[in-house]
Amino acid sequence: MSDSGGGTPQLELRGITKAYPGCLANDHINLKIMPGEIHALLGENGAGKSTLVKIIYGVLEADEGEIRWVGDLVSISNPHAARKIGIGMVFQHFSLFEAMTVAENIALGMSGRQDMKALENRIIEVSNSYGLPLEPHRQVHTLSVGEKQRIEIVRCLLQNPKLLIMDEPTSVLTPQEAEKMFETLRRLSSEGVSILYISHKLDEIKALCHKATILRGGQYISECDPTKETAKSLAEMMIGTDLRAPEHHQAVKGGAVRLKVRNLTIDSDVEFGVNLANINFEVRTGEILGIAGVAGNGQIELLSALSGETRSSDVEAIMLDGKSIARLNPKERRDLGLAFVPEDRLGHGSVPEMTLAENAFLSGYSRMDLMNSGFIDNGGTAHYAEDIVKKFDVRTPGISHTANSLSGGNLQKFIVGREVLQNPNVIIVAHPTWGVDAGAAAFIHQTLIDLAEAGAAVLVVSQDLDELFAISNRIAVISEGRLSVGRELREITIEEIGLLMGGTHGMGEPVETPHVA
Amino acid sequence: MSGFEWIVPVVLTVITAATPLVFAGIGELITEKSGVLNLGVEGMMLVGAVSGFIAATVTGNYFLAVGAAALAGAIMAFLFGVLTLSLMANQVATGLALTLFGVGLSALMGQEFVGEPVQALAKLDIAGLSDIPFIGPIVFGQDALVYLSFFMVIVVSWFLYKTKGGLILRAVGDSHDAAHSIGYPVIAIRYMAVMFGGAMSGIGGAYLSLAYTPMWAENMTAGRGWIALALIVFATWKPGLVLVGAYMFGGITILQLHAQAAGLNVPSQVLSMLPYLATVLVLVLISKDQSRIRKHAPACIGKIFHPAA
Repeated sequence: MSDSGGGTPQLELRGITKAYPGCLANDHINLKIMPGEIHALLGENGAGKSTLVKIIYGVLEADEGEIRWVGDLVSISNPHAARKIGIGMVFQHFSLFEAMTVAENIALGMSGRQDMKALENRIIEVSNSYGLPLEPHRQVHTLSVGEKQRIEIVRCLLQNPKLLIMDEPTSVLTPQEAEKMFETLRRLSSEGVSILYISHKLDEIKALCHKATILRGGQYISECDPTKETAKSLAEMMIGTDLRAPEHHQAVKGGAVRLKVRNLTIDSDVEFGVNLANINFEVRTGEILGIAGVAGNGQIELLSALSGETRSSDVEAIMLDGKSIARLNPKERRDLGLAFVPEDRLGHGSVPEMTLAENAFLSGYSRMDLMNSGFIDNGGTAHYAEDIVKKFDVRTPGISHTANSLSGGNLQKFIVGREVLQNPNVIIVAHPTWGVDAGAAAFIHQTLIDLAEAGAAVLVVSQDLDELFAISNRIAVISEGRLSVGRELREITIEEIGLLMGGTHGMGEPVETPHVA
Repeated sequence: MSGFEWIVPVVLTVITAATPLVFAGIGELITEKSGVLNLGVEGMMLVGAVSGFIAATVTGNYFLAVGAAALAGAIMAFLFGVLTLSLMANQVATGLALTLFGVGLSALMGQEFVGEPVQALAKLDIAGLSDIPFIGPIVFGQDALVYLSFFMVIVVSWFLYKTKGGLILRAVGDSHDAAHSIGYPVIAIRYMAVMFGGAMSGIGGAYLSLAYTPMWAENMTAGRGWIALALIVFATWKPGLVLVGAYMFGGITILQLHAQAAGLNVPSQVLSMLPYLATVLVLVLISKDQSRIRKHAPACIGKIFHPAA
């Protein structure tokens, strides 16, 4: 259902305004969503999308403006009220409770009393029918990012909403899974459910959405029909300037092997973790190797084995520039020129409550020589942090602000910048642009490509296939703790990768994953 | 049976030593499960002890006395709540201050009651049942608060793991931001949890001044509030294990007293250390299993909640 000419809108916002001290997050925003319409909300990080969506869901209160629900003026004072009138939301930063089970998390997101047994059955039923398999008894902290997102989606679907707000729902799904979810969304749309869809993937918006509202800097820019726009024109409306695609490069043939992993086998020490079985790959100087895979297939374990958070007993398993690093700790590996951008920006990639300068110091003090006989070289540290902020266009009032005061995209730019400026020989990057807007993503991609061209070996672990295709020279797929042989980009299609990612995982037919013995 | 008569009095004293810990521990467990660390348990117990004692001497009514102790503890906890939840003061510092405040306040309140005797809390006496050897005095010969302490452990377990209210409480302690974004009133829930914790600590204190040693003396809790705090970690935030820990600690306390009385050739200071040493040892052993702690420890404990955005 794409015709939304007449009739009463399901939801209409008029003149919504919300100010924070020193910043106007929403400046008289208008928005109209018809029943059954899939409406895209587009904008960079900091454009005011999250604020607007939180106002609709009742987490925040608008300073000004009115919300009309099927024509009636309503005040949505809290999320319970929003759910009551039929608004559901999938959050970008998950609203999940780590120490609880999947079923308990879902019960918490629903109003009223639930019978746990009946709820568990409904979870299994709904999650399977929408292709988002979940085990109700699993503890959330043992799940991967992708699996966690499934919980959020299923939690909403269980409440039969009239309006579904989705904040970047497909960023961690395989193309097949995403396509399956689009079918779900189209089905919901045909059943009359309106969907407010936030995504940075412009192709996806073009394929799925009927209407798009574009925000920039807290202001309403325009409403358009995304099917009539190109991805480039949408992106340009969004960031207000011309967008440059990353310049693809050709890896130098026969460069020296910088990172070599041989028969890496590690049994996971977490409950429900994935065991790594016989992982083999190498990354050469000047090369970007992409590792694709659905979340929860051993990425976390592989990354922590490479960073040194878990260590291998096999000395030969991981070699950096010909030296064994398998038994070294993360700091010793850093000293040898291994840089690392972890998946979790806040908490793993940075200390949230510490300032940018302190965060810069913590990762770079030895490579950047920021310590004077045990004392912190404050001048040098400030200079290093300022350098990151300037060269990587980190938007922050200053380096004395804490890491958690930055938006996701800005913090990611800061962390990538911090690692890149250390001039690494090998850099390992996990989900470099997850939840990052198009402008920042393009910048991060270009940075990684430049770094490879300067002679570093780059390993990118991501679930975003568009991203891997945009920057990698070779792509390998991880599935159930096994890694397929890396294939040259031109030898492999997105469909083939999708099938490898499906592997024996999930509900599809089991497909043999090739791997080096 | 001669030679074993000492068992019954020992078990009886173990129960009286453990009961205040059970109350304080189970109350603080609820507080901590909601994500608040209140280190003022000792202070709340003292104010509860003196309030209960005063109410008992003035009115002679033990229902009122226990009620007064619970109320006094809850008021202390409310004060803590205003400072840490509404005014967002640091929880550790505020909790320590609450203990110091409680020591002083209870001494002031109890000034005129020091040394005054009071009738000990009546023990259950069921003709026939209470006279059964061994089991009779232990199972059927306790005072009402001992039974109440067991009842509270069961109620708290049931509440935490079988009700939606308990699920919400744990959720608030696990991630206050997520709970807020789903729409739960984090601050209000924490106020209730903190005040429940205060009320239980107050009753735990009153048990000391009304049953354990029926009198009031300054500082009579003698560090039990701190032991209760340690017990929660020891129990990995599980109500049943708080009970086990309290009885283990109570048991060692009493055994070392008996050992001292028996003239064991070990310096008495070393024996006095035993219960604390055992607590530390068990804590270390339990902390080895990280996944277990991860599963039950409230992730947001001690963190200030800013409801903005």
